[in-house]
Amino acid sequence: MGDPFGVYVHVPFCASRCDYCAFASWTDRDHLMARYAAACVTELGRAAAAEALPAATTVFFGGGTPSRLPGELLAEILGAVARRPGAEVTAECNPEGATPALFASWRAAGVTRVSFGVQSMSPHVLAGLGRRHDPAAVPGAVALAGEAGFEVNVDLIFGGPGESDGDWAATLAAVLALEPRPAHVSAYALTVEPGTPLAADRARHPDEDVQARRYAMADAALGGAGLRWYEVSNWAVPGHECRHNTLYWRQGDYRGIGCAAHSHRRGRRWWNVRTPERYVAAVEEGRSPVAAEETLDADRRAFEALALALRTAEGVPADALDDEPELRPLLSRRGDRVVLTLRGRLLADELSRRLRVPTILPA
Amino acid sequence: MLDPATIRNFSIISHVDHGKSTLSDRILELTEAVDPRLMREQYLDSMDIERERGITIKAQNVRVQWKGHVLHLIDTPGHVDFGYEVSRSLAACEGAVLLVDASQGIQAQTLATSYQALEHDLEIVAALNKIDLPAADPDRYAAEIEQVLGIPARDILHISAKTGDGVAALLDAVVGRVPPPTGDREAPLRTLIFDSSYDQYRGVVSSVRVFDGTLRATARLRYMQAGSVHDVEEIGVRSPSASPVTELGPGEVGYLIAGIKDLSEARSGETVTEAAHPAAQALAGYRDPKPMVFCGLYPIDGDELPELREALERLRLNDSSFTFEPESSGALGFGFRCGFLGLLHMEIVRERLEREFDLSLIATAPSVAYTAVLTEGGERRFDNPSEMPEASAVDHVDEPMLKATLIVPSEYIGTVMDLCQSRRGELDRMEYISPERMELVYRIPLAEVVVDFFDQLKSRTKGYASLDYEPDGYQTANLVKVDLLINHVPVDAFSTIVHKSQADSYGRRMTEKLRELIPRQLFDVPIQAAVGGRIIARETVKAKRKDVLAKCYGGDITRKRKLLERQKEGKKKMKAIGRVEVPQEAFISALRLED
Ligand SMILES: Nc1nc2c(ncn2[C@@H]2O[C@H](COP(=O)(O)OP(=O)(O)O)[C@@H](O)[C@H]2O)c(=O)[nH]1
Ligand code: SF4
Repeated sequence: MGDPFGVYVHVPFCASRCDYCAFASWTDRDHLMARYAAACVTELGRAAAAEALPAATTVFFGGGTPSRLPGELLAEILGAVARRPGAEVTAECNPEGATPALFASWRAAGVTRVSFGVQSMSPHVLAGLGRRHDPAAVPGAVALAGEAGFEVNVDLIFGGPGESDGDWAATLAAVLALEPRPAHVSAYALTVEPGTPLAADRARHPDEDVQARRYAMADAALGGAGLRWYEVSNWAVPGHECRHNTLYWRQGDYRGIGCAAHSHRRGRRWWNVRTPERYVAAVEEGRSPVAAEETLDADRRAFEALALALRTAEGVPADALDDEPELRPLLSRRGDRVVLTLRGRLLADELSRRLRVPTILPA
Repeated sequence: MLDPATIRNFSIISHVDHGKSTLSDRILELTEAVDPRLMREQYLDSMDIERERGITIKAQNVRVQWKGHVLHLIDTPGHVDFGYEVSRSLAACEGAVLLVDASQGIQAQTLATSYQALEHDLEIVAALNKIDLPAADPDRYAAEIEQVLGIPARDILHISAKTGDGVAALLDAVVGRVPPPTGDREAPLRTLIFDSSYDQYRGVVSSVRVFDGTLRATARLRYMQAGSVHDVEEIGVRSPSASPVTELGPGEVGYLIAGIKDLSEARSGETVTEAAHPAAQALAGYRDPKPMVFCGLYPIDGDELPELREALERLRLNDSSFTFEPESSGALGFGFRCGFLGLLHMEIVRERLEREFDLSLIATAPSVAYTAVLTEGGERRFDNPSEMPEASAVDHVDEPMLKATLIVPSEYIGTVMDLCQSRRGELDRMEYISPERMELVYRIPLAEVVVDFFDQLKSRTKGYASLDYEPDGYQTANLVKVDLLINHVPVDAFSTIVHKSQADSYGRRMTEKLRELIPRQLFDVPIQAAVGGRIIARETVKAKRKDVLAKCYGGDITRKRKLLERQKEGKKKMKAIGRVEVPQEAFISALRLED
């Protein structure tokens, strides 16, 4: 009953910093964990009272590395989130952090889905990304998650320095050979974010043509295994799509908890201060942790909705794009909508810039 | 009215930084023309840009007293594009001080101006300046001057404009050696305008030298070349502050204001006579200033077009030697085709537009005025490559030539000759002016000098070579127009006229450059260089295969949307060349790389 509602909880702690990472994550603030969890609980409580939060249909613990948070702290936070029956609850997990004890506590707390940050199955590709974990831990971690009864997602990154087509094919094959086979895979083209060690090192920057080729490889391998793409970087066995992310892409409402977390309700978007210590201080002192906000006008909201939908298998109304010859191979028609073809998915931003946004007249 | 026998008219010929301004200051002090307490450094150079660049564009003149004589110091514009104006200033003098830095020696431009002075029968008083410097080598450079100009080394003065050492002796030499003016007081008035500038309140203010007759404050004047008649509003002398006088007699130098609003009616070289008793013949040597170098100037922001027009109009009030007319370009939008006396003149105007009027401009590659002789008879003049007639209609094309004089230290002769040869220069003459330095004279196409020649010369000789040039007629050449096509659509801003032998390499360079600058599109974009219908170079901007952000982080939709909004804005500002979208910056960078 009612519209879906999501809660996102940001966990900003990591063991080490990956070279491409631009997330709000820190390696030197583990001592804040307990206060941080308490602050999240406090923020949830205040939000429930002040904003009349609906009960959540989806919850997502993202990071950072949520698996670094002691199980009882995650449970404490999740316990403070009002949920509807059958809610999807995802937690991101470093493969090396998976233990029977942790998964047992997650299970007990209500986690239903685990997303593993695998990135690659080749040690030298991981090294090129400046990422420190051993891919040998992945099969065991996935097996544990299966035993615990979780849905499993695997996050991958392609186009990193030193990665060959063969490396990428091997990673895809290894992921599809995992037991149980993940019903969901996210495969992201490596993106150079300003200010990261990767950005400073031109020699390691990805080549877009190579990335386009690897994307097509991923689509073929995953599609062949029964995982269908449903958003530019996401593939799932039908019925196993991530409901939380789908909510984002449908411009749904969600509440972000913790530092740097983003929230959205009916065209108003706001986000919290970026660092955990400022977040904890604000909440402990009874101040609002919000850093800034924006309210979208009708045109912006309409454009945003189209740009998000264009990236998904739902597509956009056919008249949102001009019928130009060079666009034809990028779009396929589904009734009165158009959906990106494989080539089109790789050019989604170019197409977004061409979206026609009907000016919505005041009623 | 002054007795001509007491007058000495002279100018100072000097290379940038050899000390002309410092010497002028010393002269003003020594003759007590300026109260030392009010002495402003470099009194005569009044425009800011000139000061910064150390060049004098506009002549000023000043009257001083020295031991019972009246000296008129006539300043000459100090840069190569104003050769004609220099010649008019020299025409107002009987003598010239050749001022040479004793640590550097004579430079090409100074030498050329000295030759001009000799042609005008001016008495040259040579002086080596900066003898206070440890690096000064006056004997060596005196020998050079003797070698190239035939001025005996023993007659060359040694001075320091900085300390004042020898400046009095220099003034004595001017009085002693420069002949007094001659002129017929009874003859009809003939007055030479050797410079004009525009004053916001008074209109055109001309610097004048009376040759014959008397210029009276009450006269009605005829401007012989302009063909107009004006009443004198004011005449006077500057010493150096302006003071009105009632008359100026033969040999006298002063200023003239006659209610003229347009500089082109009172150009350098104009002869002024009395309307009631006109002279039969104007003074010799008048020329209409003719632009030699052309380029299109476009506002980077198209909305600034009206501001650009106004700025050009205002600048022209002060400089009637450049021209402009509206033009439009598929790639750059609306702008103006401008003509200049030379490359430096172009740079100065452009810089003033940007600096004084706060405009951001993009200039097309400089070009020159060609004459196409048509197969069906007749000629067509064009300075914009896109206006070159069809090859089939053209019998041949003539291009403007320069006589270029270079003074080069011997060790750089090889590299300078290579440069000139690669620019289609033909060696005319080559002469040692001293064991260490040579003078080279080339006949070289102007078009080859306007692109990057100075910079090349400078970098190849570590700045030790100097260059002077003057127009030297036209010459037939095997010239072709190279067009650049983006996705088969020609882009006018990049069309260029080059010698046939250089077409291929130009085409290759530009197509490569554009391939790097043009963003990838949804389809392959061929970039071609063509002569006539023939493709001489080709590159392809491959269709882009990926343009998508992988991820929206943790619900941060705002960042993604803002990025797209910015890109959407950027897309609106792109220029469409056929179906290809090109950001304005790509054109700008391609043209910048050109100079
Ligand atoms: N040591 C020394 N420096 C001088 C002398 N005359 C001029 N200078 C310096 O040379 C530079 C150029 O002089 P300036 O009069 O501006 O040259 P202009 O470009 O010919 O007008 C300035 O830094 C002067 O101070 C001189 O006699 N001795
Ligand atoms: S694990 Fe994730 S959040 Fe942590 S440093 Fe690596 S990329 Fe960043």
